[in-house]
Amino acid sequence: MSLTATDLTCIRGDRLVFDKAALSLSAGQALWVKGKNGAGKTSLLRVVAGLLKPARGSVCWNGIDIREDPDAYQGHCHYIGHQDALKPVLTARENLTFWSTYAGVSRVAEALEIFELSRIADMPAGILSAGQKKRTNLARLVASPAPLWILDEPISSLDTHYIRLFADCLAAHLKDGGMALFATHQDLQVDGVGYLDLNGGGTRE
Amino acid sequence: MMAGFLGLVRRELLLAFRQGSALTLTLAFFVIAVTLFPLGVGPELNILQRIGPGVLWVGALLSCLLTLDRMFQADFEDGSLDLLMIGRVPVELVVLAKVVSHWLTSILPLILITPLLAVSLNMPFDGIVAMEFALLLGSPALSLIGSVGAGLTVGLRRGGVLLSLMVLPLYIPVLIFGVAAVEAAIAVLPMASHLSLLAAMSLGALVVCPVAAAAALRLAVD
Amino acid sequence: MAIDFHKYANPTRFLRLASAVFPWVTGAAVLLLVTGLYMGLFVAPEDYQQGETVRIMFVHVPAAWMGMSVYTMMAVSAAAGLIWKHPVADLSAKAAAPIGACFTLLALVTGALWGQPMWGTYWVWDARLTSMLILLFLYLGYMALWGSFDDHSKAARAAAILVLVGAINIPVIKFSVDWWNTLHQPASVATLDGPKIHGSILTPLLVMGAAYMMLFLSVFIIRVKAEIMDRRLQIMKISQLQE
Repeated sequence: MSLTATDLTCIRGDRLVFDKAALSLSAGQALWVKGKNGAGKTSLLRVVAGLLKPARGSVCWNGIDIREDPDAYQGHCHYIGHQDALKPVLTARENLTFWSTYAGVSRVAEALEIFELSRIADMPAGILSAGQKKRTNLARLVASPAPLWILDEPISSLDTHYIRLFADCLAAHLKDGGMALFATHQDLQVDGVGYLDLNGGGTRE
Repeated sequence: MMAGFLGLVRRELLLAFRQGSALTLTLAFFVIAVTLFPLGVGPELNILQRIGPGVLWVGALLSCLLTLDRMFQADFEDGSLDLLMIGRVPVELVVLAKVVSHWLTSILPLILITPLLAVSLNMPFDGIVAMEFALLLGSPALSLIGSVGAGLTVGLRRGGVLLSLMVLPLYIPVLIFGVAAVEAAIAVLPMASHLSLLAAMSLGALVVCPVAAAAALRLAVD
Repeated sequence: MAIDFHKYANPTRFLRLASAVFPWVTGAAVLLLVTGLYMGLFVAPEDYQQGETVRIMFVHVPAAWMGMSVYTMMAVSAAAGLIWKHPVADLSAKAAAPIGACFTLLALVTGALWGQPMWGTYWVWDARLTSMLILLFLYLGYMALWGSFDDHSKAARAAAILVLVGAINIPVIKFSVDWWNTLHQPASVATLDGPKIHGSILTPLLVMGAAYMMLFLSVFIIRVKAEIMDRRLQIMKISQLQE
């Protein structure tokens, strides 16, 4: 499994967000996307997830352009965005169960356990704190495994304990041959993570 | 894939059930809108019988519009739409699941309460039976055509008004043949051709609309 | 900001062509309009039943033709815009919409004015008038959708989807309205086409049709040019802000 992107250019409205971005990932690798506010981190992640259409360039999954054959890519990546994708009237468990059955595999109990959510699993998601919502959203990563994780600010509103917990989770995912592309403001201190600098600094594996 | 589709329908129904108010509000709107007509045109039974089918159909169209703008909006706002778009289930099927849920939660209740309102509009029994069949066969087209409008207006300011402006003209054929079927039945004329046309419109919409709505949604998350 | 320049440079060829054609088209529009109106208003014989009012037809019928053709043209350019992503195709659908809406409105207003002496009332739910009214609604929905997007290319694609869905629906709407009308209208009401058209009426009608076509092209070129200029201005403004 591999992910490559070449010569990506993204235009929002009439504004050039980033130009000629390139990246490549293979099993067990992760990239930390760095950049100032407005450098286009979110846009880049959304382009790679297949949500945004790049103005130029292509993203290839196993060598096949994801725009030309979306079916081959669909379901192979997890996207964690700024919003939590939780329905306030459903419980955390119900939300998680829905997303994991939607993805095909359901290891909800295990995921709740790992993210220490078991105690609050049957509370409506609407009354959870921001951090608890974030963890419920992150639990999707474990509840239905997918080879590629695309994470936009995954640790915002988490305290240090849960940041550590998430970093371990990410390390385990990479060890199992997974891939990850993430944008955070602070270093997750996971071994073997390369970075991609959108301020024009290029990449380092 | 099928599991994902059914899971999505199940979630939508569960949400509608938990949030109950939307369902009852639509129903209440339908009943009140229809009740206004006798108050507006007077209580003469023969006039009510004459306008009954049209009033019920127009009421159903408007009530259907009320919930259309929420079809994708809530998922757009909380980020669920992004995940639905890149999940295992093709976007066209996501649209279809939404349409099925919209029909079940917003239109089926209207169909169920229609006989009661029809009686209040002095509609004969044959007309009521025809009304039910016409609604059952024609109303899927309403949800389907509506899904395109909902997809196009997702994330827009004033989306609801715009949605009505775009979708209502497209509803006209369903309205015309829906009413015609009931009028034919009341006049003891054959109505099979009208019902067939309604079914044809629903089937045609089933082919075109999920594709168009999916294209609109891809645009919305872009 | 060298990026994607070809996308916006592309219209240059269109602009050159448009500027070359524009004077001819405008001239033809004026000439044909004058000729058509003269023929229609002074030369064509008056109708033995309707008298002078029949002359409204020369303004009304070609306007209805244009209302429908412009929507068709928009559907074609929307499809071209979606498939080949040609920027001029997107712009041309946008530029054509208000012109088409104006022709449709003209057809409706003249139809109502004609209806007064013919039917004794300004508005009759005649099948053709009703279809034109629905067409006007479709135009309005299209323009409203364009206006609701901030992002130009998104607006173009959304409007293209709407216009295509509308175009698929138009035959169904037309059919159902015609059918509805025969059900509800007594057959004695005269329709707008009346008896077989005589040559003395047909010629000015066709001349007026051609005149409207040229008028459309002339206004269309102005609008597309303005759109392209507007796009360039936007891009220049933003790149200036970025520097």
